[in-house]
Amino acid sequence: MALFEGERLEEAKGILGRYPEGRERSAIMPLLYLAQSIEGHISRDGLKEVAGLLDLTTAEVEAVASFYSMFRLRPTGTHVVSVCTNLACMLRGARDIYEAAHEAAGMRHGQELSEDQLITLHEEECLGVCDFAPVVQVNFANHDLVTPERIREVISALRGGDVPEPSRGGPRVKSFKSASRVLAGLEEAPA
Amino acid sequence: MSPAPERRLTRDWDDPSVIGIDGYRAKGGYEALKNALNMEAAAIIDTVKASGLRGRGGAGFPAGVKWSFVPTNTGKPTYVVVNFDESEPGTCNNRELVERDPHRLLEGTAIAALAIGCRTAFIYVRGEYLAQGLILEKAIAEAREAGFLGTGIGGSHVDLDIVLHRGAGAYICGEETALLNSLEGLRGQPRLRPPFPAVEGLYAAPTVINNVETLMSVPDIVLRGPEWFREFGTEKSPGTKVFTISGKVERPGNYELPLGTPLRVLLEDVAGGVLNGRSLKAWTPGGSSTPLLTAEHIDTPLDYESVAAAGSLLGTGAVMVLDDTDCVVDAAQRMTRFYAHESCGKCTPCREGTWWAERVLGRIADGYGKPEDLPVMADMGKHIMFRAFCALADGAASVIDSSLKHFHEEFEEHVRLGRCPLRLEHAEVAV
Repeated sequence: MALFEGERLEEAKGILGRYPEGRERSAIMPLLYLAQSIEGHISRDGLKEVAGLLDLTTAEVEAVASFYSMFRLRPTGTHVVSVCTNLACMLRGARDIYEAAHEAAGMRHGQELSEDQLITLHEEECLGVCDFAPVVQVNFANHDLVTPERIREVISALRGGDVPEPSRGGPRVKSFKSASRVLAGLEEAPA
Repeated sequence: MSPAPERRLTRDWDDPSVIGIDGYRAKGGYEALKNALNMEAAAIIDTVKASGLRGRGGAGFPAGVKWSFVPTNTGKPTYVVVNFDESEPGTCNNRELVERDPHRLLEGTAIAALAIGCRTAFIYVRGEYLAQGLILEKAIAEAREAGFLGTGIGGSHVDLDIVLHRGAGAYICGEETALLNSLEGLRGQPRLRPPFPAVEGLYAAPTVINNVETLMSVPDIVLRGPEWFREFGTEKSPGTKVFTISGKVERPGNYELPLGTPLRVLLEDVAGGVLNGRSLKAWTPGGSSTPLLTAEHIDTPLDYESVAAAGSLLGTGAVMVLDDTDCVVDAAQRMTRFYAHESCGKCTPCREGTWWAERVLGRIADGYGKPEDLPVMADMGKHIMFRAFCALADGAASVIDSSLKHFHEEFEEHVRLGRCPLRLEHAEVAV
């Protein structure tokens, strides 16, 4: 089954139209986000379809997709939890947050995806929220001033099917797929 | 004598109404754009030049001069690209500027577009700023609705649109030529210069790339004049700047102060001092890519010249504070790991150098360092610095060089004791 068909194909065409005529290749990143929003990660088929829309080879598209860490080329959890451990957060206890997150998610060190495919957990570089360090993003929504206790609550809420309210009135993003749709520029506010 | 410090760029931060276009206009928003629509492009550039506004993204290049490099007679379109890829560790002033006052960015961008005859501008926002991208999308839609973007902006015969483009998690895309490649749909790797973007930038056309804070400073300069802008700051670093302060401080945050304000004022008077009354050990003046300074440098005025004279760089104005309980080796290792992770792999000194440095620093931090590791680390910087297409690896070398320069004994202690000298000491204190 094709990823880009019907309404999705129309959306893909809309994305192509954002860029100057003849510069459609610029649409590759939002198109990859769109593919990711449908499949939950970018599969071989996703790469091929993006290539088809842009008249590029699959290798050319993969070269771009593999360069950027927010494009996931392997199976990914329903939710992506990113723990910033860069210096400003590290100085405020981020390593303990990362430990607690692993423990709460029942994941081994080095394990990225939980057994039940619900959570992808990873260490993240500076997220630009140093004023509220340590910070965690859940589906790219910010959770400020996180404590080990708070991260356990967040993980447990995700397990219970609930996405916790982000800090400072940020948008609540219900899944990684939904985040990818926002990042493709297709949602005014995440569903 | 400068007047008493006042908030300028951040003056409306306590008024959430300015996030919407009506609130922004009620405070005089888009008046500068209307003025600019009645000015010759050269006059806009001259005004910004006269203000002495320097690029806030790190390099500090005068914005008006940058604009004046753009040829408008090539037969190609010209582009303004807003660099909102804010990813320098410790930096979050652009994020808060956009969260609290998004239309000011659009207005500044539109004025820059008028100055160089641009009809399509781009805002490159880092992917992790999902919420801030949404704020900008809404603001762009509002500005279009109100006629400040689109066909015949502000009742003129000038057309202008702004396209929001989201990044996807690559620090290197904050480097302007890597950003252009990314925007063109390529891997975000830097380009050889020359040609400079002003001549051959986006789609090989003349392009101006400016930081968010730089462009947000422009509307007031157009409306109130260069002299007003120069009331604060120093002769060579005029104006105010939004500094980020984070790490071991009582009140981390973004604070607007005149350029040239000493670190002591930012740290002690504004941010409440070092956390829990501890003492200052080390700090970065402008993100992790700027050489570390120490408590000895606490009276350094935070402007481009003074910070350079102290042996570092003002960078993004992002101060990260380490206190006397923090291990410099550990911090240097963590920062180096960042560069190893973010190296795009194009240039050998960076790709290999950051990878090896992370490993060597890691073994020193873990207590397995060898005496010969220290001269290797001390020697490394000169094999990396200025030997790559861009400054990413220079940042990595700065971390290592400056931490070894100021804290050599702490590195030696790690090797001699086979452990971190601070950790055990503080464990004992805790007992």
